[in-house]
Amino acid sequence: MSHHDIDIDKTVRTYMMVFAALIVGTILTVGASYIHLPTGPAIALALLIASAKGSLVVLFFMHLIDEKKFIYWLMGLAVVFFIFELTVPLITEMNNIDLGS
Amino acid sequence: MSMAIPYTVEPRPDTGLNNVKIGIWLFLASEVMLFGGLFAGYIILRVGSTDWQPGSAFGLSVPLAFTNTLVLITSSVTMVMAWASLIRKDFSKYRLYMGITVLCGLGFMVIKYIEYTSKFSHGYYPSTHIFLALYFTLTGLHGIHVIAGMGYNAYLWGPGAKMWETAPEQFTNRVEASGLFWHFVDLVWIFLFPVLYLL
Amino acid sequence: MSDHEHEHHEELSFWRKYVFSTDHKVIGIQYTVTALFFLFFGFCLMMLMRWQLAFPGKALPIIGALFGADRMPDGIMLPEFYNQLGAMHGTIMVFMGVVPLAVGGFGNFVVPLQIGAPDMTFPRLNMLSYWCYFVGGVIMFASFFVPGGAAQSGWTSYPPLSDIAPSGQTWWLMGMMALIFSSLLGAINFITTIIQLRAPGLTFFRFPFFVWAQFVTSFLLLLAFPPLQAASFFQLMDRVFGTSFFMPEGLVISGQLSEATGGGSPILWQHLFWFLAHPEVYVLILPALGIVAEVIANNTRRPLWGYKSMVYSLIFLGFMSFIVWAHHMFLTGMGSAMSAFFQTTTMIISIPSVIILTALILSLWGGSIRFTTPMLFALAFLPMFGIGGLTGLPLGLASTDIHLHDTYYVIGHFHYVVAPGTLFAMFAGIYYWYPKATGRKMSDFLGKLHFWPSLIFMNGIFMPMMIQGLAGMQRRLYDGGEIYAHTQTALHWHKVISISAWGLALAQIPFIINFFASLRKPKTAGDNPWHSTTLEWAAPSPPPHGNFTELPTVYRAAYEYSHPDHDEDYLPQFQADAQAKPAAATP
Repeated sequence: MSHHDIDIDKTVRTYMMVFAALIVGTILTVGASYIHLPTGPAIALALLIASAKGSLVVLFFMHLIDEKKFIYWLMGLAVVFFIFELTVPLITEMNNIDLGS
Repeated sequence: MSMAIPYTVEPRPDTGLNNVKIGIWLFLASEVMLFGGLFAGYIILRVGSTDWQPGSAFGLSVPLAFTNTLVLITSSVTMVMAWASLIRKDFSKYRLYMGITVLCGLGFMVIKYIEYTSKFSHGYYPSTHIFLALYFTLTGLHGIHVIAGMGYNAYLWGPGAKMWETAPEQFTNRVEASGLFWHFVDLVWIFLFPVLYLL
Repeated sequence: MSDHEHEHHEELSFWRKYVFSTDHKVIGIQYTVTALFFLFFGFCLMMLMRWQLAFPGKALPIIGALFGADRMPDGIMLPEFYNQLGAMHGTIMVFMGVVPLAVGGFGNFVVPLQIGAPDMTFPRLNMLSYWCYFVGGVIMFASFFVPGGAAQSGWTSYPPLSDIAPSGQTWWLMGMMALIFSSLLGAINFITTIIQLRAPGLTFFRFPFFVWAQFVTSFLLLLAFPPLQAASFFQLMDRVFGTSFFMPEGLVISGQLSEATGGGSPILWQHLFWFLAHPEVYVLILPALGIVAEVIANNTRRPLWGYKSMVYSLIFLGFMSFIVWAHHMFLTGMGSAMSAFFQTTTMIISIPSVIILTALILSLWGGSIRFTTPMLFALAFLPMFGIGGLTGLPLGLASTDIHLHDTYYVIGHFHYVVAPGTLFAMFAGIYYWYPKATGRKMSDFLGKLHFWPSLIFMNGIFMPMMIQGLAGMQRRLYDGGEIYAHTQTALHWHKVISISAWGLALAQIPFIINFFASLRKPKTAGDNPWHSTTLEWAAPSPPPHGNFTELPTVYRAAYEYSHPDHDEDYLPQFQADAQAKPAAATP
């Protein structure tokens, strides 16, 4: 973001809204854990809220919402490899892991 | 003869970015992969373990972690406010916000210290159980990141702030880059909190 | 030749100029010299191993007594010491030899020059990168002298063996962390430099192929190394704090039940390790392909054949290298579905490699080839890398890999890629850019005296390994498979291999003499001794601090050799106008 063409007051108002949303999200995360959902849905819900909060941080605090093309390419690439890194070893080990127990 | 390196402050016209901006995002991309490796370890070990226990089994304190989450989120907000103050050319506000950011980082580490010592006093060590191994390794590495970010922010608050007099534009860029790292550290915690304490 | 004798840059102290320098050229040379030292050191480790393999249990004459009773009592090698040599040979050659030479050395020296930049974007990070590498190297080197000796669980450091190994393994992990940090800093610097500091007119598709190779390599370093960093932390926790990330429950070690709790996973290490180490293979080979492309275009006096398809292949190769890693793990019981997936991606990744190699071979077609020393090494690279690549196919197919896994065939395959492959390209690069770095040319006669025996001995080493591997000889065996009935027919090849290895060492003597003796010659090479087209030859030889006397502008693609409208057979990127051939010149 170049420093000259920013409406800084508007930006600061956005920051405050994001701040409020993050606090609400944190309360929701803890609240959801008291519902005692089964493990699967509980993980899904917690990760969903965390992802929403994370997206807010990345988009607004880190200004990714109006970044340049190269940064999008770079982080896109990193996210793709991140997903490989998390999922492929797990899928590969499915055979060796007894998921029934 | 010697030539200055271009685009250290002003963006290169065709990429629209300065060098520091690209450098810090590249670093964050590698950090994504680092924590990817750690989370991959968590997933494999969790589903593969013969004796998995959640954090509650070892008395991990949700209220403390909840407080810590709020502390880090607050520090993220003060971090962007510090940067915004520089855009507004309000240096004393910058000092204030950056000071709060550093103090929040410190507060986070103090709470972390309380948590760690309480685990140790109950005889819970990394070697006690695979969950604790993950807990200490993941929060420990995150803690190293917090300390590193805090250290650099403290530098930018203190001696590094002299640059505001000589090269305000470059100083603002530095604060922005440091902020990007700091938000990333916050982001990691946003995931670590439910993963380690709640699930 | 421009007169750059009276350059007047600011005077730096000796330490800032040659030791803690931020100049990319000095750092590049520091990397090159350090990496060459480690290559030599790693080679020496291997030559010791070759004695034990050729003459198992026999005392090593003369120097055998130097190693002490805890390594080689009476000159006879202990198995533990053999394992240390094996593990450290791999680690040193890959992480402290070839990669620092290819990326830290050539990349640092050449890339900023080829894109017309005054330096790297972050000169101080560049210096830090070198010194992290240096510290990592010192830690690895020192680990030989700690109680129990250096790491001995193979260069792959598979747990649970590595978890319970003597303290050298902890040093290995610390050293690796320093090396990983170093390459991370380097990768950030390269990518930023290539994107930001391109000279005016230098679009991405006007890049020399070497710059593209370094660009893709840097992304591999950036994104593939961190998982190993994570894995190293896990293993360090296992070793220092007694966790059990990689220790399965119920493991019995030397008749004792281990205290591992909760059930760790040795396979996790393999995943995280190979997530790095397969892209790492491409880190080893891509800069080499880049150097070979430069040398071939320059010495055939023709543009590269299919430059654009080579670039697209390179990018595709880089991307695919992230999803083939588990072909190293076919024997871990991953099941046929995932085996099929990984063997498919492995077969797919061979396509862009073949495209690049084919394009390089086709580039020779119809050229008026100059058989200079760098060109000889580049030409030899093509079939050697070809053999290395093709012998990889049976390893990438799960069913044939069952037989070949962990045999000498794997060693032969891999070394064909990196020794007569990458290392020959590195030699080509040294002979090719030496005039730029020093202002002096190396001797062509000594170069050829280096090349021909090296080529013969390289094949004398690695071709018999293929035979041994097909015969089923396991690797990493202290006695070279002597006790196995089924490998008896292939045992005698050990002597051929060992003698070739020692011969290869002798063949490096002309190179070492050439490298140092040429420094004493007068600086007569000139700015562009090879009549090349790329930007590094626009700078004086050796380039001063800041590189160019004036900022170059780029007017055309990288390899405009034998341009029909131009009277010389090369048209540099930095030359403004392509003068038409004078019509009167032809009678």
